[in-house]
Amino acid sequence: MKKIIDFTLNGREVSAEVESHKMLLQVLRDTFQLTGTKDGCGQGECGACTVLVDGISINSCLYPAFEVDGKSVTTIEGLVGEGNKLHPIQEAFVENGGIQCGFCTPGMIMSAKALLDENPDPTDEELKKGISGNLCRCTGYVQIVDSIRKAAKSLK
Amino acid sequence: MTEYSYIGTEAPRPDAPDKAAGKALYIHDLVRPGMLYGKIKFSEYAHARIKHIDTSKAEKLPGVHAVITGYNTPEIRIGFIRDNFALKKDKVRQFRDEVAAVAAIDPDIAEEAVDLIKVEYEELPSVFTPEDALKEGASLVHEVDTRGRPKSDNVVPVPWKFVAGDVQKAKQEAAFIAEDHFQTPLIQQSCLGTAGSIAEFDLNNNLLIHAKTQIPFLAQNDFNRALAAMGLKGKNTRVIVPAIGGSFGTGLDTHSYEYISILLAYKTGRPVKIVFNREEEFTALSPRQPPKSHIIQGCDKDGKLTFREIRMILDNGAYTSWGATTPSVMMLPISSLYRVPNVFYETKIVYTNNTYCQAMRGYGNPQGTWPIESNMDQLAEAAGIDPYEFRMINSNIPNETSPMGLKISTCGLKECLKTVAEKLDWEEKHGKGRSKARGVGMASLLHVGGGARVYRSDGTGIIMKLDDFGNVSVITGGVEMGQGFDASLTLASAEALGVTPDKINIISGDTATCPWDVGTHASRGAFTACNAAIMAADKAREKIFHLASEHFMRRVQSKLKKQKKKDPDFEIPDLDYERMFDPSEFDMKENYIFLKGEPDNPLLRVTLEEILRAAHYKEQGTMIATEAFYDPPNENIDPRTSRGNISATYSFGTQGAEVEVDLETGKVKVLQFVAAHDVGKVINKQTIMGQIYGGVVMGIGYALSEEYKTEKGKNLNPNFLDYKILSAPDVDFPIHAECIETNDEKGPFGAKGVGEPGLVPTAPAIANAVYDAIGIRIRDLPITPEKVLAALKEKKD
Repeated sequence: MKKIIDFTLNGREVSAEVESHKMLLQVLRDTFQLTGTKDGCGQGECGACTVLVDGISINSCLYPAFEVDGKSVTTIEGLVGEGNKLHPIQEAFVENGGIQCGFCTPGMIMSAKALLDENPDPTDEELKKGISGNLCRCTGYVQIVDSIRKAAKSLK
Repeated sequence: MTEYSYIGTEAPRPDAPDKAAGKALYIHDLVRPGMLYGKIKFSEYAHARIKHIDTSKAEKLPGVHAVITGYNTPEIRIGFIRDNFALKKDKVRQFRDEVAAVAAIDPDIAEEAVDLIKVEYEELPSVFTPEDALKEGASLVHEVDTRGRPKSDNVVPVPWKFVAGDVQKAKQEAAFIAEDHFQTPLIQQSCLGTAGSIAEFDLNNNLLIHAKTQIPFLAQNDFNRALAAMGLKGKNTRVIVPAIGGSFGTGLDTHSYEYISILLAYKTGRPVKIVFNREEEFTALSPRQPPKSHIIQGCDKDGKLTFREIRMILDNGAYTSWGATTPSVMMLPISSLYRVPNVFYETKIVYTNNTYCQAMRGYGNPQGTWPIESNMDQLAEAAGIDPYEFRMINSNIPNETSPMGLKISTCGLKECLKTVAEKLDWEEKHGKGRSKARGVGMASLLHVGGGARVYRSDGTGIIMKLDDFGNVSVITGGVEMGQGFDASLTLASAEALGVTPDKINIISGDTATCPWDVGTHASRGAFTACNAAIMAADKAREKIFHLASEHFMRRVQSKLKKQKKKDPDFEIPDLDYERMFDPSEFDMKENYIFLKGEPDNPLLRVTLEEILRAAHYKEQGTMIATEAFYDPPNENIDPRTSRGNISATYSFGTQGAEVEVDLETGKVKVLQFVAAHDVGKVINKQTIMGQIYGGVVMGIGYALSEEYKTEKGKNLNPNFLDYKILSAPDVDFPIHAECIETNDEKGPFGAKGVGEPGLVPTAPAIANAVYDAIGIRIRDLPITPEKVLAALKEKKD
């Protein structure tokens, strides 16, 4: 079954014809060529595909595309401002070594955004819990946590 | 101490902004015009004869462009001893064996087509442990060897043995002896970005392959051999490496899926992409080997090690990758970690019907260091010596040659040991936490730090090309896969050349345009490439200063005249114009060329770009592009004697853990972790810390949670729910990382390789802490709550 869905994608009104079995991840990557959102496991275990739907972080690999009809989706590309201005969280990851291979990074940053939007001053424990669904194999999380902590400061 | 402008700074990585913005393109993100999607049909048995493959239904499925098997494609042999095939014919030897593949217009159709392929098998008796595989009359995984001669057993013909001194005599004379058995599990590299390739042919039948590889140039060689096997002898491969989502050794071999994408591309005349999903990444990519070790060590009455004997048996799985050479790296710590005069080491690598193994970060060293460092604590206890003291007594020291012929130049091991002891408050804590089930433990490492002559060459090429604006393309054969190669090479190139880091642009990952390199492995990337960059920069500086001797004076004179025009009171200084014609009188820093000793006078310096443009825009002008090939002063291991100085310098380190064991649940909780590493010299502080932190956390996964579980050759946990790598909340303890700088003269600016060491001694450090906490010695990783509880129960009974 196919259906036309209308939604807001990174601030723009968009519409797409999608098949019922497609997940949001596939629509973002294949239909809209927004390949910043990564497919790490397809099973909601690694968090590489994290995006925001109406401000809430979700695993787009498990989120049926039909469900975003009428909603607002923000991907990693949506955080970059005019003139390639990085969002303060992205900036903090760059400045503080929060990035190695970079494959987990978009999802990690989207989770961090959801966390800081809701809780601008998280404790270390809250912060780590906020990214508990995002696996990283390179960094050991130390510089990621440091990056988010510094982003929280700069966002204040 | 040399003053550096950029070396040792915290400069952010040049690849970070694109990655932060989701702009970096990985194999998953690439689409080629007309591209088809490939999918592989894997075996349904661990060991079986293929009786018939029916591809008719798959071929008829609309959208399918090709269905291939071992029967309708040329045989392509792959692997370290060429005992593996791109597609399997006659029989399968492991669950992941590739029996057929399809190319279709989209991934869904490809998957549907694979399901339509029916294979008829006749199951054969299987062997799932090396011990069973070695039994008389065991089923043979390979009936013939690679030359077609009948095989009589399951032994892989890659034996490793090292003998130094007289272990038997030393055993008799030792005052104290400790003996035990240890083992490690299969573990998976768990790259967040899965494996994949896109193959395509041009109309001359030359191959272009986008591949997730650490060895673009050796892969080119492998793929050219495959082309020859396909009847395309003389045709060439261009390998392009996209952004890599973690590799950790998986890119050291070429893989069946890559050859299958090549076969499908040739058959269809279209680009064909194969990307593994997570389950395939677990089940169809090779994990780290699981050796079983029997170790005996002895020391004299003063605690000096007198001998070390290790016998090891390794489960190779069904085929042989470069991973079968990991015992050559295990030989390093076994022969040379701590000073030990008499050594015996022997391995047997055995074929089984399990998944075949390959390299993973540390390349055998974690498996070798696990028994050594666990047993060091046992021996220290037998001798009645504190384990820290025991290690200090036996520590390696600078400027000595080990029994294996390793020429240890700089060695910061004692400083590393001391740092860990201090940070852990060893004296106060060791042996004193039993009542609270708390303990501290440590373990050390020795690893190649100055390249590793695994192949005949250990070389790497660099080209430096300067443009009109003073931008420098540093073109390298090395590969950035997350470790921070580009970041280190940027700072080293900027420092060596005398330009600011923003002027450096690293170009890599293309065999057609980049200079040759043997591969980014063995912690050699930064060591070799930065050394090559220094050589190329020296050549560039020489050329630049020659150009300066032609153009500098005129530029300076014009500046002085301009200044005089602007400020009539300005007095043109009496300058030594002779110097300005002498290339040896110039220096360059921060993009400015100046006379030595006068870097700061704005009127007496000229920008690099001015000089470059002057060189370009003149009759019979010139340009600046230099190249260098650095091959470290190291040696292959002599296969007859197992001796050789494999690396130009060696990295050392000690890690320590404080743990608390929950006696109710058996759970080991890390309270703090210390990692002190002799890194030679810090090139980029941010990336080196990232390598250590990342290594430690990967090592803690090896110690406490990671295990690739199999039953009768089949993987049982091909996902991140059941295969547990650490998540952020698991790292709920401080990690103190300390870089000990020993400034090795062979290293670029004194640096040693540091990519792998971070996870090498982690597991024994934790196991030793667990022993200190509860008196229980866990011998097989990971140290799970179940194992701890069972051991506690056994102790009580």
